Amino acid sequence: MEFLYENFTHITWQMGVMWVIGAALIFLAIKFEMEPTLLLPMGFGAILVNLPFSGAIGEHGPLTTLYNAGIANELFPLILFIGIGAMIDFGPVLSNPKLMLFGAAAQFGIFFTLCLASIFFPINDAAAIAIIGAADGPTAISVAIKLNSEKLPAIMVAAYSYMALVPLIQPPVIKMLTTKKERLIRMDNTAKTVSKQTRILFPIIITVVAGLFAPDSVALVGFLMFGNLMRECGVLDSLSKTAQNVLANLITIFLGITIASQMQAEQFVQWETLLVIGLGLFAFIFDTAGGVLFAKFLNLFLKKKINPMIGAAGISAFPMSGRVVHKMGLKEDPQNFLLMHSIGVNVSGQIASVIAGGLILNFFL
Amino acid sequence: MFEPINFILNLEWMGLGMLGIFIVMGIIIGATYLLNHIFAKIDAKKKNK
Repeated sequence: MEFLYENFTHITWQMGVMWVIGAALIFLAIKFEMEPTLLLPMGFGAILVNLPFSGAIGEHGPLTTLYNAGIANELFPLILFIGIGAMIDFGPVLSNPKLMLFGAAAQFGIFFTLCLASIFFPINDAAAIAIIGAADGPTAISVAIKLNSEKLPAIMVAAYSYMALVPLIQPPVIKMLTTKKERLIRMDNTAKTVSKQTRILFPIIITVVAGLFAPDSVALVGFLMFGNLMRECGVLDSLSKTAQNVLANLITIFLGITIASQMQAEQFVQWETLLVIGLGLFAFIFDTAGGVLFAKFLNLFLKKKINPMIGAAGISAFPMSGRVVHKMGLKEDPQNFLLMHSIGVNVSGQIASVIAGGLILNFFL
Repeated sequence: MFEPINFILNLEWMGLGMLGIFIVMGIIIGATYLLNHIFAKIDAKKKNK
Protein backbone atom coordinates (compact mmCIF):
# COMPACT_ATOMS: atom_id res chain seq x y z
CA MET A 1 0.00 0.00 0.00
CA GLU A 2 3.03 2.24 0.28
CA PHE A 3 2.66 3.35 -3.34
CA LEU A 4 -0.61 5.09 -2.39
CA TYR A 5 0.85 7.48 0.16
CA GLU A 6 4.52 7.64 -0.82
CA ASN A 7 3.99 10.88 -2.71
CA PHE A 8 2.68 12.61 0.43
CA THR A 9 6.13 12.37 2.00
CA HIS A 10 7.53 14.58 -0.77
CA ILE A 11 5.21 17.52 -0.07
CA THR A 12 7.22 20.51 1.14
CA TRP A 13 6.07 23.66 2.95
CA GLN A 14 7.11 25.65 -0.14
CA MET A 15 4.62 23.64 -2.18
CA GLY A 16 1.98 24.45 0.42
CA VAL A 17 2.76 28.16 -0.01
CA MET A 18 2.31 27.82 -3.77
CA TRP A 19 -1.06 26.07 -3.30
CA VAL A 20 -2.18 28.99 -1.15
CA ILE A 21 -0.94 31.46 -3.79
CA GLY A 22 -2.72 29.47 -6.50
CA ALA A 23 -5.94 29.41 -4.47
CA ALA A 24 -5.63 33.15 -3.82
CA LEU A 25 -5.25 33.86 -7.55
CA ILE A 26 -8.31 31.72 -8.33
CA PHE A 27 -10.25 33.48 -5.56
CA LEU A 28 -9.31 36.94 -6.87
CA ALA A 29 -10.27 35.90 -10.40
CA ILE A 30 -13.68 34.49 -9.46
CA LYS A 31 -14.76 36.63 -6.50
CA PHE A 32 -13.48 40.02 -7.68
CA GLU A 33 -13.22 39.29 -11.43
CA MET A 34 -9.62 40.55 -11.42
CA GLU A 35 -8.14 39.68 -14.83
CA PRO A 36 -9.89 36.28 -14.60
CA THR A 37 -8.70 35.19 -18.02
CA LEU A 38 -5.12 35.15 -16.73
CA LEU A 39 -5.27 34.87 -12.96
CA LEU A 40 -7.50 31.80 -13.02
CA PRO A 41 -5.29 29.70 -15.34
CA MET A 42 -2.22 30.95 -13.48
CA GLY A 43 -3.74 30.04 -10.12
CA PHE A 44 -4.76 26.57 -11.26
CA GLY A 45 -1.39 26.07 -12.94
CA ALA A 46 0.42 27.10 -9.74
CA ILE A 47 -1.29 24.21 -7.94
CA LEU A 48 -0.81 21.81 -10.85
CA VAL A 49 2.96 22.27 -11.11
CA ASN A 50 3.52 22.15 -7.36
CA LEU A 51 2.31 18.63 -6.76
CA PRO A 52 5.20 16.28 -5.99
CA PHE A 53 6.68 14.85 -9.21
CA SER A 54 4.04 16.68 -11.27
CA GLY A 55 3.76 15.12 -14.71
CA ALA A 56 2.74 18.50 -16.14
CA ILE A 57 6.34 19.73 -15.98
CA GLY A 58 9.77 18.18 -16.38
CA GLU A 59 11.61 17.42 -19.59
CA HIS A 60 8.63 16.00 -21.48
CA GLY A 61 5.80 17.59 -19.48
CA PRO A 62 3.10 19.28 -21.57
CA LEU A 63 3.54 22.63 -19.82
CA THR A 64 7.31 22.54 -20.42
CA THR A 65 6.61 21.79 -24.09
CA LEU A 66 4.14 24.68 -24.25
CA TYR A 67 6.64 26.97 -22.50
CA ASN A 68 9.39 26.14 -24.98
CA ALA A 69 7.00 26.43 -27.93
CA GLY A 70 5.31 29.67 -26.99
CA ILE A 71 6.94 31.63 -24.17
CA ALA A 72 10.67 30.99 -24.40
CA ASN A 73 10.63 32.17 -28.02
CA GLU A 74 8.12 35.01 -27.24
CA LEU A 75 5.59 33.62 -29.71
CA PHE A 76 2.52 33.70 -27.42
CA PRO A 77 2.95 37.32 -26.26
CA LEU A 78 3.55 38.45 -29.83
CA ILE A 79 0.51 36.62 -31.22
CA LEU A 80 -1.56 38.03 -28.37
CA PHE A 81 -0.43 41.48 -29.45
CA ILE A 82 -2.13 40.94 -32.85
CA GLY A 83 -5.39 40.45 -30.99
CA ILE A 84 -4.80 43.45 -28.73
CA GLY A 85 -3.94 45.61 -31.75
CA ALA A 86 -7.18 44.54 -33.41
CA MET A 87 -9.10 45.54 -30.27
CA ILE A 88 -7.65 49.05 -29.96
CA ASP A 89 -9.37 52.06 -31.48
CA PHE A 90 -6.71 54.74 -31.89
CA GLY A 91 -9.42 57.29 -32.82
CA PRO A 92 -9.31 59.34 -29.58
CA VAL A 93 -5.55 59.78 -29.76
CA LEU A 94 -5.57 60.45 -33.52
CA SER A 95 -8.08 63.24 -33.07
CA ASN A 96 -5.94 64.76 -30.30
CA PRO A 97 -2.33 63.62 -30.89
CA LYS A 98 -0.80 65.69 -28.08
CA LEU A 99 -2.37 63.22 -25.63
CA MET A 100 0.53 60.95 -26.58
CA LEU A 101 2.82 63.12 -24.44
CA PHE A 102 1.13 61.72 -21.34
CA GLY A 103 1.78 58.20 -22.57
CA ALA A 104 5.47 59.10 -22.69
CA ALA A 105 5.48 60.80 -19.26
CA ALA A 106 3.77 57.85 -17.61
CA GLN A 107 6.72 55.58 -18.43
CA PHE A 108 8.71 57.39 -15.73
CA GLY A 109 8.01 54.57 -13.28
CA ILE A 110 9.82 52.08 -15.52
CA PHE A 111 13.06 54.02 -15.62
CA PHE A 112 12.88 55.08 -11.96
CA THR A 113 12.31 51.48 -10.90
CA LEU A 114 15.24 50.43 -13.06
CA CYS A 115 17.50 52.59 -10.87
CA LEU A 116 15.83 51.33 -7.71
CA ALA A 117 15.97 47.65 -8.69
CA SER A 118 19.64 47.95 -9.67
CA ILE A 119 20.41 48.36 -5.95
CA PHE A 120 19.30 44.77 -5.35
CA PHE A 121 19.67 42.97 -8.68
CA PRO A 122 22.09 42.72 -11.62
CA ILE A 123 21.20 45.17 -14.39
CA ASN A 124 19.48 42.64 -16.68
CA ASP A 125 17.15 41.55 -13.86
CA ALA A 126 16.65 45.16 -12.75
CA ALA A 127 15.63 46.20 -16.28
CA ALA A 128 13.27 43.23 -16.59
CA ILE A 129 11.70 44.03 -13.21
CA ALA A 130 11.32 47.70 -14.15
CA ILE A 131 9.31 46.78 -17.22
CA ILE A 132 6.53 45.53 -14.92
CA GLY A 133 5.72 49.25 -14.92
CA ALA A 134 4.81 48.98 -18.59
CA ALA A 135 1.53 47.56 -17.22
CA ASP A 136 1.58 45.33 -20.23
CA GLY A 137 1.96 41.59 -19.76
CA PRO A 138 3.24 40.64 -23.23
CA THR A 139 5.87 43.42 -23.17
CA ALA A 140 7.01 42.38 -19.68
CA ILE A 141 7.34 38.74 -20.73
CA SER A 142 9.09 39.57 -23.97
CA VAL A 143 11.64 41.92 -22.38
CA ALA A 144 12.34 39.58 -19.45
CA ILE A 145 12.96 36.65 -21.81
CA LYS A 146 15.25 38.66 -24.10
CA LEU A 147 17.23 39.93 -21.11
CA ASN A 148 17.52 36.35 -19.87
CA SER A 149 16.15 37.34 -16.46
CA GLU A 150 15.98 34.68 -13.76
CA LYS A 151 13.07 36.57 -12.23
CA LEU A 152 10.71 35.84 -15.12
CA PRO A 153 8.02 33.96 -13.11
CA ALA A 154 7.74 36.67 -10.45
CA ILE A 155 7.74 39.37 -13.14
CA MET A 156 4.91 37.67 -15.02
CA VAL A 157 2.82 37.21 -11.90
CA ALA A 158 3.44 40.80 -10.76
CA ALA A 159 2.72 42.29 -14.21
CA TYR A 160 -0.64 40.58 -14.59
CA SER A 161 -1.69 40.93 -10.95
CA TYR A 162 -1.02 44.68 -10.88
CA MET A 163 -2.90 45.16 -14.14
CA ALA A 164 -5.88 43.67 -12.35
CA LEU A 165 -5.23 45.87 -9.32
CA VAL A 166 -5.14 49.18 -11.24
CA PRO A 167 -8.49 50.28 -9.73
CA LEU A 168 -6.97 49.87 -6.27
CA ILE A 169 -3.45 51.22 -6.93
CA GLN A 170 -4.09 54.34 -8.99
CA PRO A 171 -6.86 56.31 -7.17
CA PRO A 172 -4.91 56.96 -3.92
CA VAL A 173 -1.84 58.10 -5.88
CA ILE A 174 -3.93 60.41 -8.09
CA LYS A 175 -5.74 61.86 -5.07
CA MET A 176 -2.49 62.42 -3.22
CA LEU A 177 -1.01 64.41 -6.11
CA THR A 178 -4.03 66.51 -7.13
CA THR A 179 -6.26 69.05 -5.46
CA LYS A 180 -10.06 68.84 -5.58
CA LYS A 181 -10.04 71.93 -7.82
CA GLU A 182 -7.75 70.18 -10.28
CA ARG A 183 -9.88 67.04 -10.30
CA LEU A 184 -12.92 69.18 -11.16
CA ILE A 185 -11.34 70.62 -14.32
CA ARG A 186 -13.61 69.94 -17.29
CA MET A 187 -12.20 69.23 -20.72
CA ASP A 188 -13.60 69.87 -24.19
CA ASN A 189 -15.31 66.71 -25.44
CA THR A 190 -15.81 67.60 -29.11
CA ALA A 191 -14.04 64.89 -31.08
CA LYS A 192 -12.54 65.73 -34.46
CA THR A 193 -13.26 63.25 -37.22
CA VAL A 194 -10.28 61.18 -38.29
CA SER A 195 -9.96 60.18 -41.94
CA LYS A 196 -9.79 56.53 -42.89
CA GLN A 197 -6.44 57.12 -44.59
CA THR A 198 -4.97 58.44 -41.33
CA ARG A 199 -6.27 55.40 -39.45
CA ILE A 200 -4.65 53.10 -42.03
CA LEU A 201 -1.34 54.92 -42.26
CA PHE A 202 -0.94 55.42 -38.48
CA PRO A 203 -0.02 51.80 -37.60
CA ILE A 204 2.40 51.64 -40.51
CA ILE A 205 4.12 54.90 -39.53
CA ILE A 206 4.38 53.88 -35.87
CA THR A 207 6.00 50.59 -36.87
CA VAL A 208 8.54 52.36 -39.06
CA VAL A 209 9.36 55.06 -36.46
CA ALA A 210 9.62 52.58 -33.59
CA GLY A 211 11.65 50.21 -35.73
CA LEU A 212 14.12 52.94 -36.68
CA PHE A 213 14.59 54.30 -33.15
CA ALA A 214 14.20 51.16 -31.07
CA PRO A 215 14.84 48.17 -33.37
CA ASP A 216 14.37 45.70 -30.53
CA SER A 217 10.80 46.89 -30.08
CA VAL A 218 9.85 46.29 -33.69
CA ALA A 219 8.46 42.78 -33.18
CA LEU A 220 6.17 43.95 -30.36
CA VAL A 221 5.14 47.19 -32.07
CA GLY A 222 4.87 45.47 -35.43
CA PHE A 223 2.51 42.73 -34.22
CA LEU A 224 0.41 45.24 -32.29
CA MET A 225 0.14 47.50 -35.31
CA PHE A 226 -0.48 44.61 -37.70
CA GLY A 227 -3.55 43.75 -35.63
CA ASN A 228 -4.65 47.38 -35.76
CA LEU A 229 -4.10 47.60 -39.51
CA MET A 230 -6.37 44.57 -39.98
CA ARG A 231 -9.01 46.38 -37.91
CA GLU A 232 -8.76 49.68 -39.78
CA CYS A 233 -8.20 48.57 -43.36
CA GLY A 234 -11.87 47.76 -43.80
CA VAL A 235 -11.35 44.66 -45.94
CA LEU A 236 -10.32 42.15 -43.26
CA ASP A 237 -13.24 42.38 -40.87
CA SER A 238 -13.49 38.63 -40.48
CA LEU A 239 -9.76 38.29 -39.68
CA SER A 240 -9.91 41.28 -37.34
CA LYS A 241 -12.81 39.77 -35.40
CA THR A 242 -11.04 36.41 -35.24
CA ALA A 243 -7.89 38.09 -33.91
CA GLN A 244 -9.90 40.04 -31.31
CA ASN A 245 -11.85 37.04 -30.06
CA VAL A 246 -10.81 33.53 -31.02
CA LEU A 247 -7.07 34.11 -31.43
CA ALA A 248 -6.73 36.27 -28.32
CA ASN A 249 -8.79 33.83 -26.25
CA LEU A 250 -6.86 30.77 -27.43
CA ILE A 251 -3.51 32.35 -26.67
CA THR A 252 -4.75 33.62 -23.31
CA ILE A 253 -5.77 30.10 -22.25
CA PHE A 254 -2.31 28.75 -23.00
CA LEU A 255 -0.46 31.85 -21.80
CA GLY A 256 -1.85 31.76 -18.26
CA ILE A 257 -1.29 28.09 -17.57
CA THR A 258 2.09 28.06 -19.31
CA ILE A 259 3.27 31.02 -17.22
CA ALA A 260 2.28 28.97 -14.18
CA SER A 261 4.74 26.27 -15.24
CA GLN A 262 7.43 28.68 -14.07
CA MET A 263 5.85 29.09 -10.64
CA GLN A 264 7.59 26.07 -9.16
CA ALA A 265 8.04 26.30 -5.41
CA GLU A 266 11.83 25.98 -5.31
CA GLN A 267 12.23 28.91 -7.73
CA PHE A 268 9.30 31.02 -6.60
CA VAL A 269 9.26 30.86 -2.79
CA GLN A 270 12.22 33.18 -2.17
CA TRP A 271 12.44 36.54 -0.45
CA GLU A 272 13.60 37.98 -3.78
CA THR A 273 10.15 37.22 -5.26
CA LEU A 274 8.60 39.54 -2.68
CA LEU A 275 11.19 42.17 -3.58
CA VAL A 276 10.33 41.86 -7.29
CA ILE A 277 6.63 42.18 -6.52
CA GLY A 278 7.31 45.22 -4.30
CA LEU A 279 9.44 46.90 -6.97
CA GLY A 280 6.69 46.23 -9.53
CA LEU A 281 4.28 48.10 -7.28
CA PHE A 282 6.74 51.01 -7.13
CA ALA A 283 6.87 51.03 -10.93
CA PHE A 284 3.08 51.31 -11.15
CA ILE A 285 2.94 54.07 -8.54
CA PHE A 286 5.70 56.14 -10.15
CA ASP A 287 4.18 55.66 -13.62
CA THR A 288 0.94 57.09 -12.30
CA ALA A 289 2.77 59.91 -10.55
CA GLY A 290 4.81 60.67 -13.69
CA GLY A 291 1.69 61.11 -15.81
CA VAL A 292 -0.17 63.23 -13.23
CA LEU A 293 2.80 65.48 -12.45
CA PHE A 294 3.54 66.01 -16.15
CA ALA A 295 -0.06 67.19 -16.67
CA LYS A 296 0.30 69.56 -13.72
CA PHE A 297 3.56 70.84 -15.21
CA LEU A 298 1.88 71.50 -18.58
CA ASN A 299 -0.94 73.33 -16.79
CA LEU A 300 1.60 75.93 -15.65
CA PHE A 301 1.86 77.08 -19.28
CA LEU A 302 -1.59 76.31 -20.71
CA LYS A 303 -4.50 78.73 -20.82
CA LYS A 304 -7.00 75.90 -21.24
CA LYS A 305 -6.15 73.65 -18.31
CA ILE A 306 -5.95 69.88 -18.51
CA ASN A 307 -7.46 67.70 -15.82
CA PRO A 308 -4.24 66.21 -14.42
CA MET A 309 -5.97 62.93 -13.61
CA ILE A 310 -5.86 61.97 -17.30
CA GLY A 311 -2.05 61.80 -17.06
CA ALA A 312 -2.43 58.72 -14.86
CA ALA A 313 -4.09 56.86 -17.72
CA GLY A 314 -0.76 56.90 -19.56
CA ILE A 315 0.18 53.54 -18.08
CA SER A 316 -0.81 50.99 -20.63
CA ALA A 317 -3.21 48.87 -18.57
CA PHE A 318 -5.89 49.19 -21.24
CA PRO A 319 -8.76 50.01 -20.77
CA MET A 320 -8.76 49.73 -16.94
CA SER A 321 -6.65 52.81 -16.35
CA GLY A 322 -8.74 55.00 -18.69
CA ARG A 323 -11.92 53.84 -16.97
CA VAL A 324 -10.50 54.43 -13.48
CA VAL A 325 -9.72 58.06 -14.35
CA HIS A 326 -13.14 58.53 -15.97
CA LYS A 327 -14.89 57.13 -12.88
CA MET A 328 -12.82 59.36 -10.58
CA GLY A 329 -13.85 62.37 -12.67
CA LEU A 330 -17.53 61.40 -12.41
CA LYS A 331 -17.20 60.89 -8.67
CA GLU A 332 -15.93 64.45 -8.24
CA ASP A 333 -18.48 65.92 -10.64
CA PRO A 334 -21.22 63.77 -12.26
CA GLN A 335 -21.13 66.04 -15.34
CA ASN A 336 -17.38 65.74 -15.91
CA PHE A 337 -16.86 63.25 -18.74
CA LEU A 338 -13.16 62.46 -19.12
CA LEU A 339 -13.52 59.12 -20.89
CA MET A 340 -12.54 60.31 -24.38
CA HIS A 341 -9.35 61.92 -23.09
CA SER A 342 -8.46 59.21 -20.59
CA ILE A 343 -8.90 56.43 -23.16
CA GLY A 344 -6.83 58.47 -25.65
CA VAL A 345 -4.03 58.75 -23.09
CA ASN A 346 -4.43 55.08 -22.18
CA VAL A 347 -4.04 54.01 -25.82
CA SER A 348 -0.97 56.20 -26.21
CA GLY A 349 0.40 54.54 -23.07
CA GLN A 350 0.08 51.22 -24.89
CA ILE A 351 2.33 52.52 -27.68
CA ALA A 352 4.74 54.26 -25.29
CA SER A 353 5.15 51.21 -23.06
CA VAL A 354 6.14 49.03 -26.00
CA ILE A 355 8.63 51.66 -27.13
CA ALA A 356 9.96 51.90 -23.57
CA GLY A 357 10.44 48.13 -23.64
CA GLY A 358 12.33 48.49 -26.90
CA LEU A 359 14.54 51.23 -25.44
CA ILE A 360 15.32 49.07 -22.42
CA LEU A 361 16.35 46.28 -24.78
CA ASN A 362 18.44 48.75 -26.82
CA PHE A 363 20.26 49.76 -23.64
CA PHE A 364 20.89 46.38 -22.07
CA LEU A 365 20.79 43.68 -24.72
CA MET B 1 23.28 42.06 -3.34
CA PHE B 2 22.81 45.53 -1.89
CA GLU B 3 24.59 48.32 -3.81
CA PRO B 4 22.91 51.72 -3.14
CA ILE B 5 25.48 53.43 -5.37
CA ASN B 6 23.93 51.67 -8.37
CA PHE B 7 20.89 53.93 -8.01
CA ILE B 8 23.02 56.99 -8.73
CA LEU B 9 25.04 55.26 -11.45
CA ASN B 10 21.92 54.21 -13.32
CA LEU B 11 20.21 57.61 -13.21
CA GLU B 12 21.90 58.15 -16.57
CA TRP B 13 19.72 55.37 -18.07
CA MET B 14 16.65 57.02 -16.58
CA GLY B 15 17.52 60.31 -18.27
CA LEU B 16 18.32 58.64 -21.58
CA GLY B 17 15.19 56.50 -21.44
CA MET B 18 12.83 59.39 -20.75
CA LEU B 19 14.56 61.53 -23.39
CA GLY B 20 14.30 58.68 -25.89
CA ILE B 21 10.63 58.05 -25.24
CA PHE B 22 9.72 61.74 -25.55
CA ILE B 23 11.68 62.02 -28.81
CA VAL B 24 10.03 58.95 -30.37
CA MET B 25 6.55 59.96 -29.17
CA GLY B 26 7.22 63.52 -30.35
CA ILE B 27 7.99 62.25 -33.84
CA ILE B 28 4.83 60.12 -33.82
CA ILE B 29 2.79 63.15 -32.68
CA GLY B 30 4.29 65.25 -35.49
CA ALA B 31 3.56 62.54 -38.06
CA THR B 32 -0.03 62.23 -36.79
CA TYR B 33 -0.62 66.00 -37.04
CA LEU B 34 0.80 65.88 -40.55
CA LEU B 35 -1.48 62.99 -41.56
CA ASN B 36 -4.52 64.74 -40.10
CA HIS B 37 -3.60 67.97 -41.90
CA ILE B 38 -3.00 66.33 -45.30
CA PHE B 39 -6.12 64.17 -45.28
CA ALA B 40 -8.36 66.89 -43.86
CA LYS B 41 -7.39 69.01 -46.89
CA ILE B 42 -7.98 66.14 -49.32
CA ASP B 43 -11.37 65.40 -47.73
CA ALA B 44 -12.34 69.08 -47.90
CA LYS B 45 -11.41 69.17 -51.60
CA LYS B 46 -13.49 66.06 -52.27
CA LYS B 47 -16.47 67.60 -50.50
CA ASN B 48 -16.14 70.82 -52.51
CA LYS B 49 -16.12 68.85 -55.77
